[in-house]
Amino acid sequence: MEHKEINLNLRIWRQKNAQDKGQFENYKAENISTEMSFLEMFDVLNERLINEGKDPIAFDHDCREGICGMCSMHINGRAHGPWDGTTTCQLHMRAFKDGETVTVEPWRAKAFPVLKDLTVDRSALDRIQQAGGYVSVNTGNAVDGNSLPIDKTKADASFDAAMCIGCGACVAACKNSSAMLFTSAKVSQYALLPQGQPERNTRVMNMVAQMDKEGFGACTNTGACEAECPKEISISNIARLNREYLSAQFSL
Amino acid sequence: MALNNRIPAGELAQKWSTYKSTCKLVNPANKRSIDIIVVGTGLAGASAAASLAELGYSVKTFCFQDSGRRAHSIAAQGGINAAKNYQNDGDSVYRLFYDTIKGGDYRAREANVHRLAEVSGSIIDQCVAQGVPFAREYGGLLSNRSFGGTQVQRTFYAAGQTGQQLLLGAYSAQMRQVAIGKIKEYNRHEMLDVVVIDGKARGIIARNLVTGEIERHGAHAVLLCTGGYGNVFFLSTNAMGSNVTAAWKAHKKGAFFGNPCFTQIHPTCIPVSGDHQSKLTLMSESLRNDGRIWVPKKQGETRKAIDIPEEERDYYLERRYPAFGNLVPRDVASRAAKERCDAGYGVGNSKMAVYLDFAAAILRYGKTECTKHGIANADDATAIRLGKEVVKEKYGNLFDMYEKITGENPYEMPMRIYPAVHYTMGGLWVDYELMTTVPGLYALGEANFSDHGANRLGASALMQGLADGYFVIPYTIGNYLADEIRTPKIDTKQPAFDEAENAVKERINHFINIKGQHSVDYFHKQLGKIMWDKCGMARNEKGLKEAIQEIRALREEFWKDLRVPGTASEMNPELDKAGRVADFLELGELMCLDALNRNESCGGHFREEFQTEEGEAMRVDENFMYVAAWESKKEGWELHKEDLVYDVIHPSQRNYK
Repeated sequence: MEHKEINLNLRIWRQKNAQDKGQFENYKAENISTEMSFLEMFDVLNERLINEGKDPIAFDHDCREGICGMCSMHINGRAHGPWDGTTTCQLHMRAFKDGETVTVEPWRAKAFPVLKDLTVDRSALDRIQQAGGYVSVNTGNAVDGNSLPIDKTKADASFDAAMCIGCGACVAACKNSSAMLFTSAKVSQYALLPQGQPERNTRVMNMVAQMDKEGFGACTNTGACEAECPKEISISNIARLNREYLSAQFSL
Repeated sequence: MALNNRIPAGELAQKWSTYKSTCKLVNPANKRSIDIIVVGTGLAGASAAASLAELGYSVKTFCFQDSGRRAHSIAAQGGINAAKNYQNDGDSVYRLFYDTIKGGDYRAREANVHRLAEVSGSIIDQCVAQGVPFAREYGGLLSNRSFGGTQVQRTFYAAGQTGQQLLLGAYSAQMRQVAIGKIKEYNRHEMLDVVVIDGKARGIIARNLVTGEIERHGAHAVLLCTGGYGNVFFLSTNAMGSNVTAAWKAHKKGAFFGNPCFTQIHPTCIPVSGDHQSKLTLMSESLRNDGRIWVPKKQGETRKAIDIPEEERDYYLERRYPAFGNLVPRDVASRAAKERCDAGYGVGNSKMAVYLDFAAAILRYGKTECTKHGIANADDATAIRLGKEVVKEKYGNLFDMYEKITGENPYEMPMRIYPAVHYTMGGLWVDYELMTTVPGLYALGEANFSDHGANRLGASALMQGLADGYFVIPYTIGNYLADEIRTPKIDTKQPAFDEAENAVKERINHFINIKGQHSVDYFHKQLGKIMWDKCGMARNEKGLKEAIQEIRALREEFWKDLRVPGTASEMNPELDKAGRVADFLELGELMCLDALNRNESCGGHFREEFQTEEGEAMRVDENFMYVAAWESKKEGWELHKEDLVYDVIHPSQRNYK
């Protein structure tokens, strides 16, 4: 692949800690290879800040291959930046033009308080999972894996929902900061499988209740979550959650 | 100290069932008052934490990420092996055991590996019960594929995201226990020391990575499930945060380190593109089911891949290893790629890459599709179009990832790949019960050394992590804790905790106060280059001796000239990295020492002085049929040897031809 070097003006959110008010600061990124990933551009910038005796920018990242869900920047107004279906770590500098100004902010949501700079606290998502995102089966209880044939189309649909990486982009993208796409993906994964049936009703009720308790907003079906989800989790999962929730209300 | 591997007596195939029937048990009432610390929440850690909490123990989990679900097991792509024989192709527990021992080049323990093969089937059952959405056939049953080093189809998978689905399964079990209070989670925490009292592990010192606070946690047993140390090479397929620190602290507190030089270089990764590179990305081994690896027959070829006619291509794996072809084990495939590139046949700008080509597979699948859909006399274009859809279903996410990183479309032109550091077979030495040489301190999953010998087969890491966590530790830990039921809750005001905490604080303050010229990465990159050049895919005596000197000099410079910005009492990622790289700078030396000591080639350890005429690894069984277990001393290390005894398998030169 051809590569060239570009210069960028960066506007980056700096915030010392949860108590600090925070503000944008401007940086120049020079001679950035278009083959770099977005986070590698940040590595270069941080290296320079350290060498200049300044405080580097804190941001979450780990696997850098788009699967751990740790990276989380809001770039030019979009969760994970301009490429569809892509996490920030997989976004490459080919996506930007020489001389462009790039604004980088943390996820903005009441349920995701900023810890430092671009790092936020997403433990609310863990607590939603704890409310019912599991099958209650102790280790050692299982029957043979092939004793339970599962319709391939359902298994595939369950997998499509289970691909969610729990990054929180859906929340960041939503004007109401709703966590419906995340929650519905989990509810769908289990609702589509026979293993999920015994706890089907309590699961959806409890997970939705926890979501509300955490301070996530309501879903108004604008679809921003689906558009910015790096794993392209379908909004049809939200429709399924709503059906599950309704039928659970009648059955419980 | 003599090493006791505690392998039970008796016939190999009966050892584990005999052990399970005779090991000591802890009654439910006593389990409640026993505390267990689990460090790391990957497959081994999450499965162990969930299973132990289900049994009734009180568990605390620690991870440096913001959620347990982010541990690097999540990135495993291809699959998990299990001896189910669902395909009726001759698989069995014995064959999985045999393939793993042979794949490991006869440097693993028979008893451990046999146990691994025995429990492999239960892992699949457990995961299915949890709702892990494995790939299925149209009949609704589980699907399998092939992986390297085997001739059966025993790999279960969920597209190219098997690790993710298995980890989310284990994580869901863990979350269920968190909800009922049996597990208490400490995320964004890093373990910085093990506390040993009267020779037994009694707790840890951890740093809260958000506030910088140093915390004490006591427990009756400590499990390290902290993964491998591939990041000693700076560039590897590991996550950025993967590190050796927990294992290294344990090593310094008396746990022996087993076979540190056994590292796995994975043959199919996206090649390095420049100096800015922060990590390398794996392209799953499952791609070798369908992709054909080749280089041009002409040195310094400048034509594009698609312009090179079939007869001018060298499918070197198929040529050299007709029986296994593109599915030879990883060490063999990696060395073969290096050999071609070193000889001047490499491709791409750097010439340090080979092609992984799907054109033949696309056409083959496409023709099958045409037949299936009753399209008679289909032309190639139609077949290719349909074939691409099949390949997309199998490997779509990998192809997308390749395109995002390289900007090239692998459906249209072959991928360029090159070997990269991927996994470490070495790790903390453990006995049959997964206990290190420090009583009460255990190591599970990649963090231990035990099951893969000198080379791990594909799809076996997930198997081992979950075997250790779901099905081994719940039994073996009871055998130790049964004698600890009279030990009251561990008091963290004891002097050993004071001492450990003070040492941790002193070290942290030291990092902050050096105020030198260079960042952590500056040193880490240099260490990585030394390791890759001299302790990487090929090693020799001269290079290893140089590497040891260079690492020592670099370490000295690091401690004098490091710059860590900020303070110790805040979120400070540079400080976190400093501690990890300081440990890598010690580990690197031990890896070179181990590689220098092992005057043979085996598996991933290739010493240039020891090769056959055809360039294959040459083992020296009469001198090196042992596990090298290194004990940390005030100055340097002392080598202990655990002899490997093969009662059932007769080691021979590995043959994949």
